[in-house]
Amino acid sequence: MADVSPREALIDPLFNNNPIALQVLGICSALAVTTKMETAFVMSLAVIAVTTLSNVVVSVLRNHIPGSIRIIVQLTIIASLVIITDQVLKAFVYDIAQQLSVFVGLIITNCIVMGRAEAFAMQNTPKLAAIDGFANGVGYSIVLLAVAFFRELLGSGSLFGITILTPVNQGGWYVPNGLMLLAPAAFFLIGCFIWAVRAWKPEQIEEELHVGALLELSNEGHLR
Amino acid sequence: MEHYLSLATKAIFVENMALAFFLGMCSFLAVSKKVEQAIGLGLAVVFVLAITCPLNQVLDAALLKAGPMVGGIDLGFLRFLTFIGTIAAAVQIVEMTLDRFMPELYNALGIFLPLIAVNCAILGASLFMESRAYSLADATVFGIGSGIGWLLAIAALAAIREKMRYSNVPGPLRGLGITFITVGLMSVGFMAFSGIQL
Repeated sequence: MADVSPREALIDPLFNNNPIALQVLGICSALAVTTKMETAFVMSLAVIAVTTLSNVVVSVLRNHIPGSIRIIVQLTIIASLVIITDQVLKAFVYDIAQQLSVFVGLIITNCIVMGRAEAFAMQNTPKLAAIDGFANGVGYSIVLLAVAFFRELLGSGSLFGITILTPVNQGGWYVPNGLMLLAPAAFFLIGCFIWAVRAWKPEQIEEELHVGALLELSNEGHLR
Repeated sequence: MEHYLSLATKAIFVENMALAFFLGMCSFLAVSKKVEQAIGLGLAVVFVLAITCPLNQVLDAALLKAGPMVGGIDLGFLRFLTFIGTIAAAVQIVEMTLDRFMPELYNALGIFLPLIAVNCAILGASLFMESRAYSLADATVFGIGSGIGWLLAIAALAAIREKMRYSNVPGPLRGLGITFITVGLMSVGFMAFSGIQL
């Protein structure tokens, strides 16, 4: 992957190769923070910061890291960056840091960070690696914010804590959909997001051996 | 005893790692195509959780919390690094021990063990254990319980996915999309356990 242009490195991870929708990376820590825009936004910033910085650091050190212990080295670099991020969040946005609870720490095991360090930063220059890390962080954030948008709007009728649809219990007309605030809604929304992206970009559809589809085809052939 | 039973039930069903906290999702989705593989990975997770959770509890209480052993300094900021280090080391040791003494189990779990070092469920369990201030016994029960809960969820998902090969899913939804929807429905099922206390 040595011939990637900066433009490709920036644009590709957003939709063509979105880390969540296509590569199935980093959903672990993502879904639990999407009940509110506010927490999702802070989480996104934290992940963008960590992916960018870890890619830069790994890329700078890439010629000095022995192949056999690279995983441990990468893990240590990432863990140190996450500690810094956690301390910064606790210092400046304490309330939100409390709400994010263990999920800031879980950025360490977020497969996006590790995956990009291993797959991209180990082979590319720091500048390209920074762009790649940033773009993957943004690609992740798009999904996170999209999910949080629907969950907060439909679940509590507000965005960023500002009431948009006045709920019934405050004298408005909107009956909040409680399911949106529970865990299953996040799975449904991500599923629908993947559906939308793949309907738009059909080349991303997974070609599984599909017994149902095969049966249908053979039936059609038989009828003809 | 009741306390531990209640803690275990909570960890297995009510606060299921995979379905309520979305932890360990990467491998949850990637390795759930076949029931056998899913059970193999699930067992490895139970095994590693049962070791790392109590181990991290001991380390946290003895070294990281402000205490006499470190001259009263709060080393809490080193928590992430310590936990992930313990987990990576524990996975390595488990792998070598199994290879030496239980080769058949090693062959069954072999490929999954390295994957586990970066499984969020393992680190997540340790972080939850720390933030809820569990004792050593609590941490052990919680670790094993969370592992069993995760095993249950991945085995169930794999069974559903095996059956789903026979259904005709719309093209763009095929594969990952429908898996997410399935997991969502399973999660709705597990919501039924919420509020149960022993």
